[in-house]
Amino acid sequence: MSDNAKIFREGLWNNNAGLVQLLGLCPLLAVTSTVINGLGLGLATMATLVLSNSVVSMIRHVVRPEIRIPVFVLVIAAIVTSIELAMSAWLHGLYTILGIFIPLIVTNCAIIGRAEAFASKNNVKQAALDGFAMGLGFTLLLVVLGGMRELIGMGTLFSQAHLMFGEAARGMTLHLMGEDYRGFLLAILPPGAFFGMGILIVVKNLIDQRRKDKVSSLATIKVVVEPAQPPATS
Amino acid sequence: MQFETSASPHNNDVNNVARVMRHVIYALIPGTLAYAWFFGPGVLINLALAIALALGFEALVLKLRKQAIKPVLSDGSALVTAWLLVLALPPLTPWWMIAIGIGFAIIVAKQLYGGLGYNPFNPAMVGYVVLIISFPREMTLWPAPQELAQQSFGLWQSAQIIFSGSLPNALSWDAITMATPLDITRTQLGQNMMLSEIQDSPLFGTFGGVGWEWIGNWFFLGGLYLLKVKIIDWRIPFSLIATLLIATTLTYASAPDAQAGPMFHLFSGGVILAAFFIATDPVSAPASNRGRLIYGCGIALFIVIIRQWGGYPDGIAFAVLLMNMVVPTIDHYIKPAVFGQSSKE
Repeated sequence: MSDNAKIFREGLWNNNAGLVQLLGLCPLLAVTSTVINGLGLGLATMATLVLSNSVVSMIRHVVRPEIRIPVFVLVIAAIVTSIELAMSAWLHGLYTILGIFIPLIVTNCAIIGRAEAFASKNNVKQAALDGFAMGLGFTLLLVVLGGMRELIGMGTLFSQAHLMFGEAARGMTLHLMGEDYRGFLLAILPPGAFFGMGILIVVKNLIDQRRKDKVSSLATIKVVVEPAQPPATS
Repeated sequence: MQFETSASPHNNDVNNVARVMRHVIYALIPGTLAYAWFFGPGVLINLALAIALALGFEALVLKLRKQAIKPVLSDGSALVTAWLLVLALPPLTPWWMIAIGIGFAIIVAKQLYGGLGYNPFNPAMVGYVVLIISFPREMTLWPAPQELAQQSFGLWQSAQIIFSGSLPNALSWDAITMATPLDITRTQLGQNMMLSEIQDSPLFGTFGGVGWEWIGNWFFLGGLYLLKVKIIDWRIPFSLIATLLIATTLTYASAPDAQAGPMFHLFSGGVILAAFFIATDPVSAPASNRGRLIYGCGIALFIVIIRQWGGYPDGIAFAVLLMNMVVPTIDHYIKPAVFGQSSKE
């Protein structure tokens, strides 16, 4: 497996920022009440990760190890501030809904975690790729969790899509549960986020366990076959 | 006269989960019948439905967890959980709400934590809280007590309402439901009405709401039975009721026109049911005697606080769950003295 494929696999599945490292849970649980909210915050986080990883990797030989953490924080804060201003300018509706959670990306442990664990030890290309893969994994998780909560809580998907894709997307909202669905408020409220996140972690562990069982059962078959071969020496 | 005596150890009584649950069910029967008498037979249909669902969910999870199904189902704990949850719900609650409540109670609150004996929270109250948070409107649809109702429903009609969710022949929910005594007291006191004016309403009986007070009395009787057969300890119900009475006497004495009296608080909502049947759940209550006194006291204080200042008319489920969270701390700090040591050590 090439390095790049490995980086992708780590970010999307094996070492997913939310599902496995359990980093950045505060925004993850707080804003995922709809798909669009999740997608908005996910993309902002992804952009931050790519940029911060690249910059940290570029300056990794210049920064002394004693002061690396404050420097990383300054870099990340500068990037998040520019992303926040950009969102306020071009996606203002979404910006007001996500509110405090955009500036709070600065404190998202997933970002400083990647800067420290990966970007400060690897070249720019790999660091950027790692930021992209981690961000994509985080975004997918936010979208799936947001989708679950929105579907169960309100019976819709992609409500308020116009906040992100402009007026043309107003009709994107899907009413999958029928028009007279009453809604299940608990899924939208904070407990729904914790339940949903727990269920997703269960599903991931279950899939991993299945895979491992498959591999180990193949391994036992191999062990059974081996003694049948004639001994090499006598 | 010579009694036959044998050498120790003496084996006097078999106490197991199934026996405890059986006695709890006996004790619940009079109150449940009173509930059906005052609010119509819908509660009996809900009860049958809830018990079937609870046993079904429990069997399903046990199967997934690859555990023996029969011994757990036959201990009656799921049945009691279902029963307590139904008693807390309005009698014409639609079937899908029962299913959601029981599902959360049995699957999430009980089995996901490891089954009976491992659940930190009272399963029936978790189910209730899920429902009141998610469906606040449906949870307030209490029909008027039979004595005051213009329209009463038989068994068959109740079943139709529960399973279809709609009312027969152009009746509206507004026509058959009434605000509960707690609700009415709360809103009208908020409108600066005097307590005596409010309690002139036909909804109020001798000391609580019409119907409610008698259901409370029958649950009280069931609770005394449980004390008699030593299924529950006297400390939790005693400290809960005593604290409630003291706290509401103080608020009442501070403003007799603007605060409901202690007897009204005691016989409204589900205080009696909570004191004898819900707070005494052996799994989620503290283990020590002094701990139990603190636990009952805490529940009563939370009930009074939520009724006075909270957003919901009654707060028993929240009070019980909040105190469930405190139980590990209580158990940590209040340990009974080990035999042979003085309690001061």
